Amino acid sequence: MAADLTTRTLVSPAQLRRGRGRVLYWTVLAVVVVAFTLVFLGPLYWMVTGALKSGQEIAQTPPSLFPRDPRPQNYVDAWTNLDLAKLLFNTFYYATGAVLFQLVFDTAAAYALSKLRPVLGKLILGMMLATLMIPAMVLIVPQYVTVIDLPIVHLNLLDSPFAIWLPLVANAFNIFLLKRFFDSIPEDLMAAAVMDGATPLRTLWSIVLPMSRPILGVVAIFAVTAVWKDFLWPKLVMPSPETRTVSVGIYAFSGGTPMNVVIAASVIAAIPTVVLFLIFQRNIMSGLTTGGLKG
Amino acid sequence: MALTTAPGATHRPGRPAPPPRQTAARRAGLGRKVRDNLTGHTFLIGAVACFAVFSWYPMVRGVVMSFQRTRRGETTWVGWDNYTRIIADPSFWTAWKNTFVFTGLALVLGYAVPFFVAILLNELRHAKGYLRVLVYLPVMLPPASALFLFKFYAYDPSEAGLFNAVLTALGLPTSEWMQSPTMTMPAMVLASTWMNMGGAVLIYLAALQNIPGELYEAAEIDGAGVWRRIVHVTIPQTRLILALLAMLQIVATMQLFIEPLILANGAGTQDSATSVAYLIYQHGFFQNDLNGAAALGVIMLVVLAGFSAVYVRLTARQD
Repeated sequence: MAADLTTRTLVSPAQLRRGRGRVLYWTVLAVVVVAFTLVFLGPLYWMVTGALKSGQEIAQTPPSLFPRDPRPQNYVDAWTNLDLAKLLFNTFYYATGAVLFQLVFDTAAAYALSKLRPVLGKLILGMMLATLMIPAMVLIVPQYVTVIDLPIVHLNLLDSPFAIWLPLVANAFNIFLLKRFFDSIPEDLMAAAVMDGATPLRTLWSIVLPMSRPILGVVAIFAVTAVWKDFLWPKLVMPSPETRTVSVGIYAFSGGTPMNVVIAASVIAAIPTVVLFLIFQRNIMSGLTTGGLKG
Repeated sequence: MALTTAPGATHRPGRPAPPPRQTAARRAGLGRKVRDNLTGHTFLIGAVACFAVFSWYPMVRGVVMSFQRTRRGETTWVGWDNYTRIIADPSFWTAWKNTFVFTGLALVLGYAVPFFVAILLNELRHAKGYLRVLVYLPVMLPPASALFLFKFYAYDPSEAGLFNAVLTALGLPTSEWMQSPTMTMPAMVLASTWMNMGGAVLIYLAALQNIPGELYEAAEIDGAGVWRRIVHVTIPQTRLILALLAMLQIVATMQLFIEPLILANGAGTQDSATSVAYLIYQHGFFQNDLNGAAALGVIMLVVLAGFSAVYVRLTARQD
């Protein structure tokens, strides 16, 4: 970050250091920090504390800034009435499986497309990237019809975790991200491994993967958040109460549950992704900016 | 492809050239090529199978389905019937109007705001990490969680609601939010922008950091003020990213679904929230009309392809 102090941006650093510029800069900074805290953290504060209020307190005007008589009972009710433990476990299970499936199949495919380059590889890559242009909503109906009766094998994947795991492997963005990273690994290194008699699998395992830890981390984090945030697809393919994800479960209960309890459940559902983000924010942000759009 | 390029590879410096007139060696080379290709395709097979079953095949299946009708297990070809039926649905045009209004409003609010937020953040030399984390935090929330917050707390139509309380405190008139047909769309755009703008802000920030400082220097020497520097340096320098994100945002907002579902219970007051994606969901999964839903999906694809074509032409002309 120290380099940024010398980098020239829109407003010159000299101008910011001079008398009036300096006052203006600190004013703007203070306003931005306060405004951003209110806009982005404020609603979350309202959510967490609102769920601690009683039904009467939440309906009073003007609303109270702090819960007058905090009722952690709402959180307890949310946990037991909605069976959040089960819902969170399901979601966690689907997310873990999604990470494993994506890491294994997408990494192998990207490695083949980047380093092994078999016949028709470019065509396959092109067809994969073309799916980025197809909006998910357009495919939702035929995908659903496919999942309830898989072609050739005629299996019904409803309520099976594979209905979430396998479609997520067909993620062209992952393939693109991984292939670009593998492309940057020097050919000489690969040639050296081949000279030493290493098989492609051995090369992937001992040379490529250890060098690719950052990008594998990004793919894994994005896989977890994708599963945690997804709504319509798990709602369609996990119709039973026993197999629901946490978002779908809260939605299913939202009609007949007091709203403070629904909000309490929403807070609990959001905790895992928020914690994940706070731990891995650097990886997430770098994955978002370098992976996507410099190519 | 590898078959035609491989012979060139053997002539690379540092490797012995293949001895000529040795058919046995060449045959061995061919065998090796076949084996290498087999290995390559073995690595590809898992991902390719998933793409084939869950992406490529459904694309074709969707188009085929839109010309068929399945009743009691019997599938027949019905020509354009599904299309005429879906277009005759009284909600069809409302859904398109709503979706376009949402996309338009989201472009004004959700597209310009992140760009200027990024420009602002790029100028600040303090609290950088903190501000970035704040902007991206809502993106990490499950959309259902965030939308329940908006539905129950922020858009509460009484004065106990968060937004109405703020408006009252500022001496402004309150709103009925989702209960009012005219406020439904702006309220959904607001919630959607809050949830999703973080990604765009971070991508713009990365683009802004690639602008050479000399350009600003030169513009300043020429007497350009801050605004003119934005117009003549910042925007042209980030043109490609701006165009790309505009396209991505149009595609994303045209698929508006979870906001109407949770905030407006689907259709909203007087059909003010019905979106095309919601109509697909309704037809496919509630009216037992998967074929009609597939036809609507194809219509959506054609409309979005139209947008992409316009986008490609516009960006091609700029270069």
